[in-house]
Amino acid sequence: MEFAFTDEQAMIAETARAFFTENATSERTRKAMAADGIDHALWTAFCQELGLSGIGIPENAGGAGLGLVELAIIAEAAGAQVAALPMLGSLAMAAQAIAAGGSAEQQAEWLPRLLSGEVIAGYVHDAALTADGNALTGADQFVAHGAAAQVFVVTSNTGAWIIPADAAGVTVTACTTMDQTRPYARVALSGAAAAPLADAASAIAAAHRAGFVTVAAEALGGAQAALDRTVGYAKERVQFGRVIGSFQAYKHRLADMMIEIEQARSAVYWAACAVDEGSDEAELAVHSAKSFAADTYFMCAGNMIQLHGGIGFTWEHDAHLYFKRARALQSMLGSGNWHRERIASMILGDAA
Amino acid sequence: MKLGFSRADELFRAECADWLNGQMAGEFRDIKGITKLTASPERRKEWEQQLAAHKWSCIGWPEEWGGRNASLAHQVIFAEEYARAGVPGRVNHIGIELAGPTILAFGTDAQKQRFLPDIAAGKTIFCQGFSEPGAGSDLASVRTKARLEVVSGQEEWIVNGQKIWTSLAHISDWIFVVSRSEEGSKGPKGLTFLMMEIDQPGIEIRGITQINGDAEFNETFFTDARCPADSLIGAPGEGWKIAMGLLAFERGVSTLGQQMGFRNELDEIIAAAKANGAASDPLIRQRIAKAEIGLNLMRYGALRMLSQTDHSKIDGAALTYKIQWASWRRALGELAMDVLGQAGEVADGAEYEWDTLPNLFLYSRADTIYGGTNQIQRNLIAERGLGMPREPRGDV
Repeated sequence: MEFAFTDEQAMIAETARAFFTENATSERTRKAMAADGIDHALWTAFCQELGLSGIGIPENAGGAGLGLVELAIIAEAAGAQVAALPMLGSLAMAAQAIAAGGSAEQQAEWLPRLLSGEVIAGYVHDAALTADGNALTGADQFVAHGAAAQVFVVTSNTGAWIIPADAAGVTVTACTTMDQTRPYARVALSGAAAAPLADAASAIAAAHRAGFVTVAAEALGGAQAALDRTVGYAKERVQFGRVIGSFQAYKHRLADMMIEIEQARSAVYWAACAVDEGSDEAELAVHSAKSFAADTYFMCAGNMIQLHGGIGFTWEHDAHLYFKRARALQSMLGSGNWHRERIASMILGDAA
Repeated sequence: MKLGFSRADELFRAECADWLNGQMAGEFRDIKGITKLTASPERRKEWEQQLAAHKWSCIGWPEEWGGRNASLAHQVIFAEEYARAGVPGRVNHIGIELAGPTILAFGTDAQKQRFLPDIAAGKTIFCQGFSEPGAGSDLASVRTKARLEVVSGQEEWIVNGQKIWTSLAHISDWIFVVSRSEEGSKGPKGLTFLMMEIDQPGIEIRGITQINGDAEFNETFFTDARCPADSLIGAPGEGWKIAMGLLAFERGVSTLGQQMGFRNELDEIIAAAKANGAASDPLIRQRIAKAEIGLNLMRYGALRMLSQTDHSKIDGAALTYKIQWASWRRALGELAMDVLGQAGEVADGAEYEWDTLPNLFLYSRADTIYGGTNQIQRNLIAERGLGMPREPRGDV
């Protein structure tokens, strides 16, 4: 038992933090927000120069090995900058699904291009999807970075497929989205011919676990950044002849943020580690992490606006990027109440 | 990063569980499951001695002083199995976890010889004399006075004043006392740390009845109370440094054992909710899930704290731990009453005595007060963890 980063993990964290801090600047993110919500140059640099995009994908599937702990470390660093990247849909969900459930040919066909950033994948889920053979009919209203994707991994509750975005019967409609760093698209399938993944159950499970952990880690990074930036402001801004950070009402809100963030940190790495180790607690841990970290992020981002006063309400200030990302993370991949109900079912049995 | 315990650790866990379960099924079955700190004090002192006889009383201590020099992992495992087996809390918790480590860190060889074997053996029960009626959150404003005098050729400390909230003082043999030894000194300066025997004419103990009807805490009065000159730990004037060092021991391994106690409480709520139908209420289900999440995050927070090897930086998990568990447990008490409904407000018999869950509801109001209130914790977190300016001191 050693619940702390290894030297290698600490190094990955430092590398990722430095990369996103230097490159995922507010200016670049805002340019991406005005377009398709992706800083394409940053994505290419991340995938091809930094060499971290294959983390969490087994080496025999063309990845860099390692596990969800390392993936979480990277997502935390990206989340801290609200980086406008397709990491969640393309790497954490689609690539994980293909690595876990795809045939060797499917892995060879898609994973190298996803990990190099040449191809961006979206993750489409429709519980009510109908499959006539492998001709799919259904829709997902909220596919993250869906309009920028060239290929989709499509799942129902029992099946999983791959389909190119330009295939016949696929309609993609971009949506104006509150969080412009991760805009949604509506993806409709109308008898679209798709290639089934060999092991759908493994694909779905892997995409869910990695998706929950990645969202939680991104939330942790965002929450910590919201606190750090607010702490910086609290030391500079003067009112009534004192820095505002000297007021107890202000200090206590900052403390409340830190209390939640420290728990979120435990949650994220507990979940990542539990999945990597195949622990009995893995399901409990990923539901805990997703719900707790997303709620923590929203609380911290809301406080960030409040504690900055008027400037925090402006478009110019970055607080709204955090606030909107936090809100999106609360909703996506199951609300907090849904995840907690999963936990309640484990403890109490299914609801009456 | 690794969560699983090694095979050797799991074997040790089995050894702990076997012995503890054997005791709770055998000679000490009468104390199994007791949660109230004041219940069956004599039997629990015998239990302390039983632990010592089998070298389980202070496994983290060095071997020469009765411990096993156990690794952190083993200390964690023992604390977890201890609570899991339903063994009541240690009446000598203060001696083993605070007084002993303080003497080990700051005491002279003679003091180690004098105190450590008897603490390890469960023969000397300690309590803690820090708080005073005028020194609660503001712990440094201690007024109890100590002066050194020559009495029939021997130097002795003479102590006058009052301590309060001395937990279990009425069943303790010794008390450590922080007092003011420098006339006119203020705050953390001029304080002195003394070990005093309780059974003497100058010390009087009065119980404080709490909101749950129990009396775990006491007022302790010192009227020309005495102790020999060599009862001093450290040097005169170093009392604050030693008291703070001691408080650092408090957030150690015992937190994991404490959490197993919380686990038992949450399990009892879950059982009650299943039995009375509250488990089908969606809002109750959400709160039980939140409690479950919170308990796990406490465990992994504590494991992070214990895995932290770089003690030079202030560890966020350690700094936020107290308010985290205190707030969690207070919410747990409220959840317990919402699950039980009015049945939780009626005692079993004629006495004003409460079962585990209603008692949890009442007792947990103390959790967010003692050991630094939630409000003081937030000040500490903001100041030490986030570098905010310190609260100004008044001069009233």
